[in-house]
Amino acid sequence: MFTYLFFLYCAVMIVGTGLLAITMRNPVHAVLMVLVLFFHMAGLYLILGAEFLAAVQIIVYAGAILVLYLFVLFLVSLRDEVKMDRFVTSAWLGRIISVGLAVSLISMLPTFVLGQKGHWPMAAVIKATHTKALGMEMYTSYILPFEIAGLILLIAVIGGLVLAKHDTPTTIEKS
Amino acid sequence: MIPLSWYMSLSAILFAIGVCGFLTRRNLIMMFLSIELMLNAVNLNMVALSHYLDSMRGQVFTFFIITVAAAEAAIGLGIAITLYRSRKTVHVDEVNQLKG
Repeated sequence: MFTYLFFLYCAVMIVGTGLLAITMRNPVHAVLMVLVLFFHMAGLYLILGAEFLAAVQIIVYAGAILVLYLFVLFLVSLRDEVKMDRFVTSAWLGRIISVGLAVSLISMLPTFVLGQKGHWPMAAVIKATHTKALGMEMYTSYILPFEIAGLILLIAVIGGLVLAKHDTPTTIEKS
Repeated sequence: MIPLSWYMSLSAILFAIGVCGFLTRRNLIMMFLSIELMLNAVNLNMVALSHYLDSMRGQVFTFFIITVAAAEAAIGLGIAITLYRSRKTVHVDEVNQLKG
């Protein structure tokens, strides 16, 4: 019963803050709404028994990615942003498309059939603790994707540095 | 036990909210934020399916998606900064040099 109430609370908060985030005029407020959304998403991960992912969600998404968004928002000018129109001229088309997408996705749900069961029932995960179970799966079956993910992060770090580096006029003249 | 379809419906609604934000906002940074919403919807779907299928696979993939989202945020915001530096705007409808 408590789980149901908690799920409903998280669902209402996620949908509400999501809608607020895409409609609010000030981008900083929108980022803060998304922060609240990420915390409730971590709550949903907790009732799904994924504690490690809930922690990663808060640390990486709420702690790192959103702070990056806030920094970049302060780098670009916000002063005229709050006075301007915040939607494109064909926004109604986007709204129709997204409502149609939601309706079609949800109407497809009854035809969904669960696949084959895996090797990690909830009891085994609780016995081994979630972090250890995830680690055992990640460092054995998924070691190659794990290494590739590290490479992607390295490329992202280098790419971010190169893109954000300020080109002085002298270097442009030289090249 | 909460039915799996509740999680999937919530995920579908959140994904549609992300699509709506991506298609309607003018600000490039808000569009990237909408992409984060869509990635979160997919993550929620994967974790729920992984829980109901007694498998760890979906959660491993969620971990990788979080990695890719971090990389995407870094690169995308770098592009936003470069765009602002050269065009003095981050509004996507004002960047129309390629429009004939």
